[in-house]
Amino acid sequence: MTDTTTQPIPSSKPRNLFQQLELDTRLLGMIGAFIILCIAFNVLTDGRFLTPRNIFNLTIQTVSVAIMATGMVFVIVTRHIDLSVGALLATTSAVMAMVQTEVLPQTLGMGLNHPATWAITIVVGLAVGTLVGAFHGWMVGYLAIPAFIVTLGGFLVWRNVAWYLTDGQTIGPLDGNFLMFGGTNGTLGTTWSWIIGIVATVLALLTLWNARRAKAGHGFPVKPIWAEVTFSLVISGTILGFIWILNSYNIPSRRLARMFEARGETMPEGLVVGYGLPLSVFILIAVAVVMTVVARRTRFGRYIFATGGNPDAAELSGINTRMLTVKIFALMGFLCALSAVVASARLANHSNDLGTLDELRVIAAAVIGGTALSGGIGTIYGAILGALIMQALQSGMAMVGVDAPFQNIVVGSVLVLAVLIDIIYRKRLGAK
Amino acid sequence: MTKSPKELRAEGATPLVEMDDISISFGGIKAVDSVSVDLQPGEVVGLLGHNGAGKSTLIKILSGAYQKDSGEIRIDGKPVEITNPRDARSHNIETIYQTLALADNLDAASNLFLGRELVTPTGLVDDSAMEAECRKIFKQLNPNFQKFNEPVSALSGGQRQSVAIARAVYFNARILIMDEPTAALGPHETQMVAELIQQLKAQGIGIFLIDHDVHAVMELCDRASVMKNGQLVGTVDIEDVTDDDLLSMIILGKKPGEAAA
Ligand SMILES: Nc1ncnc2c1ncn2[C@@H]1O[C@H](COP(=O)(O)OP(=O)(O)OP(=O)(O)O)[C@@H](O)[C@H]1O
Ligand SMILES: [Mg+2]
Repeated sequence: MTDTTTQPIPSSKPRNLFQQLELDTRLLGMIGAFIILCIAFNVLTDGRFLTPRNIFNLTIQTVSVAIMATGMVFVIVTRHIDLSVGALLATTSAVMAMVQTEVLPQTLGMGLNHPATWAITIVVGLAVGTLVGAFHGWMVGYLAIPAFIVTLGGFLVWRNVAWYLTDGQTIGPLDGNFLMFGGTNGTLGTTWSWIIGIVATVLALLTLWNARRAKAGHGFPVKPIWAEVTFSLVISGTILGFIWILNSYNIPSRRLARMFEARGETMPEGLVVGYGLPLSVFILIAVAVVMTVVARRTRFGRYIFATGGNPDAAELSGINTRMLTVKIFALMGFLCALSAVVASARLANHSNDLGTLDELRVIAAAVIGGTALSGGIGTIYGAILGALIMQALQSGMAMVGVDAPFQNIVVGSVLVLAVLIDIIYRKRLGAK
Repeated sequence: MTKSPKELRAEGATPLVEMDDISISFGGIKAVDSVSVDLQPGEVVGLLGHNGAGKSTLIKILSGAYQKDSGEIRIDGKPVEITNPRDARSHNIETIYQTLALADNLDAASNLFLGRELVTPTGLVDDSAMEAECRKIFKQLNPNFQKFNEPVSALSGGQRQSVAIARAVYFNARILIMDEPTAALGPHETQMVAELIQQLKAQGIGIFLIDHDVHAVMELCDRASVMKNGQLVGTVDIEDVTDDDLLSMIILGKKPGEAAA
């Protein structure tokens, strides 16, 4: 090439403030909508909505759908769909219920509440979920049956396999240790919650700092330092504030007294103990972090987005898109099983209708969270926020006393409206 | 450079690539019918023909996008099986597709390294390093290009084409396939691609160049193979023919000097 007039890396082009700060305006819009929603419900319920107790409940109710929604992002990004997640959740839950109440204690003679029961149960459940998911993915990827059909079939099959496994009966009570994953039965307590909050904050700040250093190392433009500091403060504040709220929801004294009795001790007079971070929420946070890293920083994630953007280009670039499909659905199945642990532990038993309509909630969460059904676009945090918005809407309306049919009418309308707003937003942006 | 491609051919040296008696049909239609072409190191062979003649289909067999029905592909004289794009890449065959084959939702660097990402020691995708490499190569290829942090859907047709070209030349190809690489380029950028082809040729890379512009083919190629309706009309030495000879081969489907049938 003759034309080698060297140019400095662009700094000439005027960038507006939003671009400079690399803010995700769509995310900001969603957070704004969520905050308005919460404040509105709080006013309508005379301050009952934004109490530590309600926030605690809201988060543990969101976990199951949110975990599956992160997997649904990958499925939808690659232009597929999974209609079977609720049914698969039921099947894996049924398998785990049978393993922990029948197979291990009776058939294998380990007895009730054996310390290894919960671990074996969960391993079996996760394996079943992963295998079923991989099987779906194989049919989609290698047999080229549309995912809509495979998972529509799966929806009927797995809902009824669950029924068959349990004879349609509610199975319970579940293993005592297993119940720890359900929410109120398994919280980390205030001290550990603070420790985790602080560790998370430090890790988040380190990640931010490392990203900035990597960019600066190559001479790329970086955000102004004041913006970086503000952002860091917002992140730290959010994490620690969240922990603080969960820690200030105190275990009711009657319940606390029973816990002491169970250990054969008496409760000291006037003792107050906070719940802290529920184990299930901790699992969701771990899933969110891992899935975000997978999406952004691994080859697997990069190939998911490339395939969603242009499947032919991905194939021509040497990506094995069929195997990729198997892996994506296997991951989805794994996450369904993980959700099944949380969902059945929260209810303390496996019921035949567990996970009913979850497929729609999960898809709605991913879509409200900005995942485009045309493929190639979607974020993990968006899907989780989507799940949170839907749950807030549902429980808020229940608290206000909106009739059940109206609740679903509103949720359905919000889904359509959210997608419309998204379409308008993307048009404005000039992207497709 | 030791010997020119022409001298090599005269000596009967083993070609870099031989596509021998290749056929493929789509639902009964023979898109490529017993076509043989070959390529020496440092040689540019033009592929010409009307729309639908079968040029893209032929080279897609070499790049692993399609599977041939019959025929043989040899690299350095050794028969090879190319059943997917990964096989082609492992033989250092790089392709610029007519359709460009870019993931529109990813940025230039992600597309450049798609399938061959640079990773950090921990095995995570290293976006900063890839962007830095991408900026380096664009400094040569298209110095005005600035949109490194936008998805390629936001780029102009020519800019997208530069991304596809950058991807093909970055990874030390031995065999380069360019399917209408300048279709969307302005005159200046077309000139830069012409210079790039000369440069790559001098490095001993063999290039198949599909182009509808007969003048460009006359200027850049050593030989030209003309196709019509899936069949090879003939392969000629550029030095032995004129623009008009090539045109009549494309339109009439006859080699110069051959009597009209
Ligand atoms: N995937 C396919 N399925 C069916 N027919 C195909 C397919 N790909 C190509 N063809 C047919 O094969 C023939 C050759 O097509 P090809 O794309 O190779 O032409 P081309 O010479 O590259 O033309 P152009 O100059 O327009 O790019 C055409 O008749 C086309 O319709
Ligand atoms: Mg073509």
